[in-house]
Amino acid sequence: MLRKLSLALILSGLSAVTFAETTLLNVSYDVMRDFYKDYNPAFAKYYDAKFSDKVTIQQSHGGSSKQARSVIDGLEADVVTMNMSTDIDAIVEKGKQINAGWDKKFPNEAAPFSSLQVLIVRKGNPKGIKDWNDLAKAGVQVVVPNPKTSGNGRYTFLAAWGAALKQNGGNEAKAREFTQAIFANVPVLDAGGRAATTTFMQRQIGDVLVTFENEAEMIAREFGRGNFEVIYPSVSIDADLPVAVVDKVVDKKGSRKVATEYLNYLWSVPGQEIAAQNYLRPRNTAVAAKYAKQFPAIKLFGVADFGGLKAAQKKFFDDGAIYDQIAADIAKKK
Amino acid sequence: MSTAINNLNNKVVTTESAWVRYLLTGLALLLIAILLIVPLLSVFYEALHQGWGLYKDALIESDALSAIQLTLIVAAISLPLNLVFGVAAAWAIAKFDFKGKSILVTLIDLPFAVSPVVAGLIYVLLFGAHGWWGAWLMDNDIKIIFAVPGIVLATVFVTFPFVARELIPLMEAQGSDEEQAALVLGASGWQTFWHVTLPNIKWGLLYGVILANARAMGEFGAVSVISGHIRGMTNTIPLHVEILYNEYNFVAAFACASILALLALLTLALKSYVEWRTEQQAIEDRKHAIEAV
Repeated sequence: MLRKLSLALILSGLSAVTFAETTLLNVSYDVMRDFYKDYNPAFAKYYDAKFSDKVTIQQSHGGSSKQARSVIDGLEADVVTMNMSTDIDAIVEKGKQINAGWDKKFPNEAAPFSSLQVLIVRKGNPKGIKDWNDLAKAGVQVVVPNPKTSGNGRYTFLAAWGAALKQNGGNEAKAREFTQAIFANVPVLDAGGRAATTTFMQRQIGDVLVTFENEAEMIAREFGRGNFEVIYPSVSIDADLPVAVVDKVVDKKGSRKVATEYLNYLWSVPGQEIAAQNYLRPRNTAVAAKYAKQFPAIKLFGVADFGGLKAAQKKFFDDGAIYDQIAADIAKKK
Repeated sequence: MSTAINNLNNKVVTTESAWVRYLLTGLALLLIAILLIVPLLSVFYEALHQGWGLYKDALIESDALSAIQLTLIVAAISLPLNLVFGVAAAWAIAKFDFKGKSILVTLIDLPFAVSPVVAGLIYVLLFGAHGWWGAWLMDNDIKIIFAVPGIVLATVFVTFPFVARELIPLMEAQGSDEEQAALVLGASGWQTFWHVTLPNIKWGLLYGVILANARAMGEFGAVSVISGHIRGMTNTIPLHVEILYNEYNFVAAFACASILALLALLTLALKSYVEWRTEQQAIEDRKHAIEAV
């Protein structure tokens, strides 16, 4: 009996591993799973109609940089969909599975949609938080994921820094002082965006959570719209969410065509609509106009203002760079 | 003779006054309630408080099913491996003397000393795309990490010591007199093992396997590093629980967690039964020994 059972188990295990049809593995970051849950069936339908070929898409989710590391170590992703171009650059440089120039292969520097950092406060906004300045005030607790491990946290850091630069006519010393004041108000640094949300909503720690606009929508769906308020600051950072085909894997598997189609379809009208429905800001102007109501127009600056993400990474987030210095200063004062 | 033994067992061995004993017992029970029982109950509460239907749906969802399936497959492969290895190692260590025996004992304990995350990373370093054997594996299209073989490897590593650790003291205590008698009476090596050694160690062996099984199904760290987290492909139950939790899918997360908790309770019950049997056997052995004298 036991033998029969274990044999059946092993056989069923094998059958789960073997598949005849086309499969794609999309290695993505944490908060994108809701979008791809909607997008994958739509794409499979489109691809079947166009090429009469059934495609199965597998998903792997985790922290953006951790996922990039897995691809470097040999996780055979056909496509990667990340929240920072530096994570894809890491695969280009360290793993060499993606060829340089990946950001020229698709429009908009290979970022089919974008998001921006917003402020989420408790119901009724008891601390009266309106803009970045309020985050630096004494007695305000700010929940942010760790910029060292999370793209979400890095965008927050850059957003605060950029906002301070704009206010102080480009004075870097002032920007540093301001950003340090905000991070001094952070009670817990979670490793990723999802963990930060759980800290704020589930554990009820902090007065304000800084996270992506689309994450705010997820919170609304999970925790109810009445439980918090979304505050759009006067200025924020434009977070481009890039995608790339993993050249080495698709050449080996012969899946370049379907992988390229998969990413191209992100720019199609249905793809952009699904993005908008998941509160990702679409590129397509017609779709953007249709959903304009849910995306308040605010002033944005891009990572280009920092000389690109690579330069920003080096200046702010590498070991011993400005973020580490600020963290050390805060620790000293405590 | 046997009544004398029972009397010895029942004799009071503490001299503290009654209230000290009750206080200490009460404290221990309170701690157990707070640290063990309340969390365990909360798992089942969170899983079931929105109704039986949602609980069932969470468990028959295809990703959950494949996580359960993968966990069972991994346990089904790694347990026999550990069983054979554990018996062989314990047999060699307990019944024979050879050079380097203490080194072997230390090596068997290694997985207990190493953090599971490190165990996972070791395999990434060996079999990863840029690891020692990564290029060769890739050329021959053999997948180890981010696939089932890697998960099995990591699980075997972390559950390695359980069976051997359980058997070594038992076999050492039993000595090799009975085996020697069997050999003198003309039994072959295999017959000696099958008819003499194995019946003597069966409860200890089962105990080791139960512990190894609990660890194999519950392992998170080592498997997390090596799995690649592909939904419906390389997620075991513990990994699936984490993903569901991060998706705010608390009911499903706790439903899957409750499967692990149920497994733990079952393990506990089995373990207590086996412990009881082992004790019975020890008492009988003692009786035989005394009667023989």
